[in-house]
Amino acid sequence: MAVITVLHFDFWNWETTSVVLGFLPTGLAWQAGISLAAAAGWALLMNVAWPSRVEEWAARPSALSDDAAEDPS
Amino acid sequence: MAVLLPAAEAASRTPLLVVGFYLFLLISLGVFSSRLFRGTSADFFVAERSIGPFLLLMSVFGTTMTAFALVGSTGKAWELGNGVYGLMASASGIVHSAVFFLIGIKLWAIGKRHGFRTQVQYFRSRFQSNLLGYLLFPILVALVVPYLLIGLLGAGAVMRGVTVGMFPETFAGTTLPSGRVMFEGAIPPWITGLVVCAVVLFYIFAGGLRSAAWANAFQTIVFMITGVIAFVLISSKLGGMDAATQAVIDNSSDHMTRARIGKLQFVTYMFVPLSVGMFPHLFQHWLTAKKASTFKLTTVAHPLFIGIVWVPCILIGIWAAGAGIMPPGGNPNALLPKIVQTLLQDPYLTGLLTAGILAAIMSSLDSQFVCLGTMFTHDIVMHAAGEDRFSDKAQVMLGRGFIVFVVGVTYLLTFFPPPKIFDLAVWCFSGFAALFPLVFASIYWRRTTRAGAIASVLAMVVTWGTLFYEGLIKPTLAGEEMEGDFLVAGMMPVTLIFAASTAALVLVSLMTKPPSDEHVEQFMVES
Repeated sequence: MAVITVLHFDFWNWETTSVVLGFLPTGLAWQAGISLAAAAGWALLMNVAWPSRVEEWAARPSALSDDAAEDPS
Repeated sequence: MAVLLPAAEAASRTPLLVVGFYLFLLISLGVFSSRLFRGTSADFFVAERSIGPFLLLMSVFGTTMTAFALVGSTGKAWELGNGVYGLMASASGIVHSAVFFLIGIKLWAIGKRHGFRTQVQYFRSRFQSNLLGYLLFPILVALVVPYLLIGLLGAGAVMRGVTVGMFPETFAGTTLPSGRVMFEGAIPPWITGLVVCAVVLFYIFAGGLRSAAWANAFQTIVFMITGVIAFVLISSKLGGMDAATQAVIDNSSDHMTRARIGKLQFVTYMFVPLSVGMFPHLFQHWLTAKKASTFKLTTVAHPLFIGIVWVPCILIGIWAAGAGIMPPGGNPNALLPKIVQTLLQDPYLTGLLTAGILAAIMSSLDSQFVCLGTMFTHDIVMHAAGEDRFSDKAQVMLGRGFIVFVVGVTYLLTFFPPPKIFDLAVWCFSGFAALFPLVFASIYWRRTTRAGAIASVLAMVVTWGTLFYEGLIKPTLAGEEMEGDFLVAGMMPVTLIFAASTAALVLVSLMTKPPSDEHVEQFMVES
């Protein structure tokens, strides 16, 4: 995702007036590609880095005391 | 979102019928979803934490995208060119999903384990500080209320523009100092505001956040489809997509580039979408998720959905520039309705687009109304009086009462809109974004202290207030016309506010006594 974020800053497309597919400005096409890449990147991340213990952690009983929100000072 | 259209040809009432039909469907959905309501406070405020992947995706996306996604993006592209997508949309696609993954899932787990329903409850407990809770509450409310106002005022302006000439014998219109009459026969904003408030109130009063989630899903589908339909028909009217773009190259080549956007502005705009990490209404939607894995679809599909809504609108905006189409009164937000009315000249499409814009507005309004009602109920009344004093049924009644109160107050405020209300949006985003270091540190940095958290919030308030005065209040009082975004050394103001709140949080935390490991452990989610 860090690579996608860096590629988002596409300064080389700043002055480009060319088009892709006959109608899409190159800069816009690049950024639309960034959105697609972001979705693909997150899909990949979900499979390789999913926090599998979160649900088990959330199901544990709370051990916060009733006065946890009280400012002891 | 001010959409001001001048009095034009007497219109048929077909667009109004389309909008009426849409509102009827929304009310019907409200009746349906209210039958799913289980009568408990857990269901009313957080839908019993039972929302599945599709509803979470649609409700989060619908809540995040305001009317700006349709009319604002088109107008902004007409002003600044195609770079608006990179500036606002693709950056959001990356950052929003990152926040859902890194913050949303953890807060869901913490909320589920400890039974939190509001952000203030969480921060109060995490930092063992009532003071922090009482400090955050008015700030969060103050940053949400302008959004509510913008939504209601925007809905009123859209309907007034679309219904010009429909009721010439009932509504006289507005007479300008020059003697010219505007909006003759149009539905005045106070009626639209009343109807929008009544419809939203109808479905959230009955079923709380569960109803809001269902309604958001429906409304998100409506405004996404509306955008795509408008795009296909408009491109056809402009001679096809290739010809429309060629006209931009020939007549307004600046719009093909990012010449009107600063590079530092582009980079620092990346801070703005961090605001979703501190939206109280989004926090509440996250808590509705059934499981952590419910977030998967939302995280993956969000950037795609942004592309589906924004790319067509950006293209329409630059095509309008290439075709020499000018928005009425030079107001960019009036561009899309103007294009639909003049280019397509189809009352059904005008009605559909109006319904789409209202859908985008209402899908944010409902969650914000429920959220503020929930905050007043839990963070003020129940916290002060003691949670044990209220039965489950009484909590629901209290929540409903506060939602009616919030809707009523917001509606009354629309009669006294502050000047430059529509310029407030990016400032509200900046305020929420500058609170992001607080939520991030509360989850990932054990060493964060109560004093550090309070210092961070205060630093945000001071820097935000200073820049807000310089960027909006001062020029407004001086009667100066503001062109473009207010920048500090080429950067978005959020950069400085964010830096100040981060520095205060880190420095003060390091200088003060850390909280006990035993307490912090209760908030460190295992991955």
